[in-house]
Amino acid sequence: MDEALVIAAHGSHLNAESSTPTYDHADTIRATGAFAEVRESFWKEEPSFREALRTVDADEVYLVPLFISEGYFTEQVIPREFRLEDWDPALWDSDGTSATHATLTAEDTGQTIHYCGPAGTHDAMSDVIVQRAESVTGNPDVGEGFGLAVVGHGTERNENSAKAIQYHADRIRERDRFDEVQSLFMDEDPEVDDVADYFESDDIVVVPLFIADGFHTQEDIPEDMGLTDDYRTGYDVPTTVEGHDIWYAGAVGTEPLMADVVLERAADAGADVGAAIEQVREETGGAKPATGD
Amino acid sequence: MDGEYVDALVATAPDGIAFDDLHVAHENDGYTFQTPDVDHSGIDEATLRTVAAESPYVRNWYFWHATAPQKADRWAFLRWLEGAEQRDVAERYDALADGVSATWGELHLTVTLSDGTRTYSIRHRADADVGSSVLDAHDDPLDAREIAKHDDDGGYRPLKTAPSLQTGWVFPELSAGDLVTTVETFYPATIANWHREQEDELDVTHWRDTVDRQTGIYGVVKTWDRGDGHEHVNWVAEACCDDSQCLKRREWQYDDETDLDVDGGSGPFPCREPCSLVIAGARKWTKLEGEQAQTYEFELTPSEKEQVEEIIDAVADGEADDIREADIYEGANRYRTRFLRAKLFDDEGNLGGVETER
Repeated sequence: MDEALVIAAHGSHLNAESSTPTYDHADTIRATGAFAEVRESFWKEEPSFREALRTVDADEVYLVPLFISEGYFTEQVIPREFRLEDWDPALWDSDGTSATHATLTAEDTGQTIHYCGPAGTHDAMSDVIVQRAESVTGNPDVGEGFGLAVVGHGTERNENSAKAIQYHADRIRERDRFDEVQSLFMDEDPEVDDVADYFESDDIVVVPLFIADGFHTQEDIPEDMGLTDDYRTGYDVPTTVEGHDIWYAGAVGTEPLMADVVLERAADAGADVGAAIEQVREETGGAKPATGD
Repeated sequence: MDGEYVDALVATAPDGIAFDDLHVAHENDGYTFQTPDVDHSGIDEATLRTVAAESPYVRNWYFWHATAPQKADRWAFLRWLEGAEQRDVAERYDALADGVSATWGELHLTVTLSDGTRTYSIRHRADADVGSSVLDAHDDPLDAREIAKHDDDGGYRPLKTAPSLQTGWVFPELSAGDLVTTVETFYPATIANWHREQEDELDVTHWRDTVDRQTGIYGVVKTWDRGDGHEHVNWVAEACCDDSQCLKRREWQYDDETDLDVDGGSGPFPCREPCSLVIAGARKWTKLEGEQAQTYEFELTPSEKEQVEEIIDAVADGEADDIREADIYEGANRYRTRFLRAKLFDDEGNLGGVETER
């Protein structure tokens, strides 16, 4: 029986590039041929969450939210808009970062939906953060002499948002690859504004845990950290701030290896995509075996 | 290739075939093979193969069962495109030799038959008569994502069915499957919803139900909608859902029993519920409409009052950018408007020097 992958992402009414990482990762997965169909869907763009499933021929669908954390979107908006019958967040039995999947039926199409946890909380996401650090420094062995800051929104609207940031920061710290690893936030302590205060290392890689580049990652965070007074004038990578070289990576979700995380989510829900995972890790530079698990 | 459709016909004959003027069966005394052109019965397989190989009816049957996408809505869309329900095969094949075209939103779709094979092309309907050589040619259906993203002026198009699709491109040679993918990329879910409507199965979600399921920052829209009249929803539909703003034909109403008073538009594909742009707009209007009206006193000359009206019309109709720089006969001309501001605004930007009261 044909199986489809549907990626659910936020999208934007205002920013034309918000959808770009979603399209890129979908294309990477499409090229593996692992699914009969790969469909992007958006909260703010089209195909909408409400109508994406009816554009898919397959009876069996792996639905992967391209979101950073569990919470409002993954627990309320996506199941409601996709009309997943009898959805209950308890089906994920999650502590806030441990959702895997639940199998449900879509009310309007009758398709079987394997509703997966968000990409952002999958263990493989730690590898993407590290790879983002490699990409921005141009150094495949980056770690020694470097601090790593994983930056998130904070708990203002969703406590799981901070949990996801801390979860990956902890996992990467345990690998002993970077001299220091610290989670920082935009709207609570420890704040990204004071990034230099939280590190001893001369070099600090800053990786924001966001899916797409936009207002927060391109304007707020660079200005808050003092990389630039005006985001429109740009900034250097690295930029020296208070004696530290700040290597600012931009949204982690734009890293090509992110496609692997989407596939891992589907694999955990039962999709037979082992070969595709290998191919994607090979192509997107994530071929090294994961460590620290 | 030539052998495939004959092999398929022979393999399927025992089940019987009755499709688009082709009738084939396999009985004890051999095969029957009937089309409007020929009538054979009691023929052996070798003869069947010979007559089948020459028959456009067999190629046609094979296309619809092995080449065309089999998902019911995609299949029906391709049938609609070539007028399959209105024309018999002979008539259709004559027409297809010259190319059969249809319009889908701003898309100009054409299907052409050459050497027994259907080829599809898509371009902007405004480019229907433009030579292909001056258009940018594409062959990957997913290129439509990038084309659909910006209008001719480079502006971002958050609404795929806004009547602002950029021009200057062509997909000159697509397979049936790629045609459908390309159309669905330009206008997501329009084929699925059109087909549901054709089958009388369109699931419309009206304003009240859509608003009632909103949560988070959009939950506030429920407070705008107190179940006592629907004039505000008329305004929303007039603002957002008019043909000049969106090519979908609005089928949703205030609720199951209460139709809106404004026209739903005339597009070929239906709109089955308020979209995310309508809900985002409604959130803003919910907040704005919560304000109490105040009485302000200004003095305007008759021409100034009319000019204000012209400015609002020009912005609402998206025509402000089209007014020529020196065309001071237009109320929404930039110099005319700057003059009005210079005369009527105080240093704080208050119209007529009258402060806004809150």
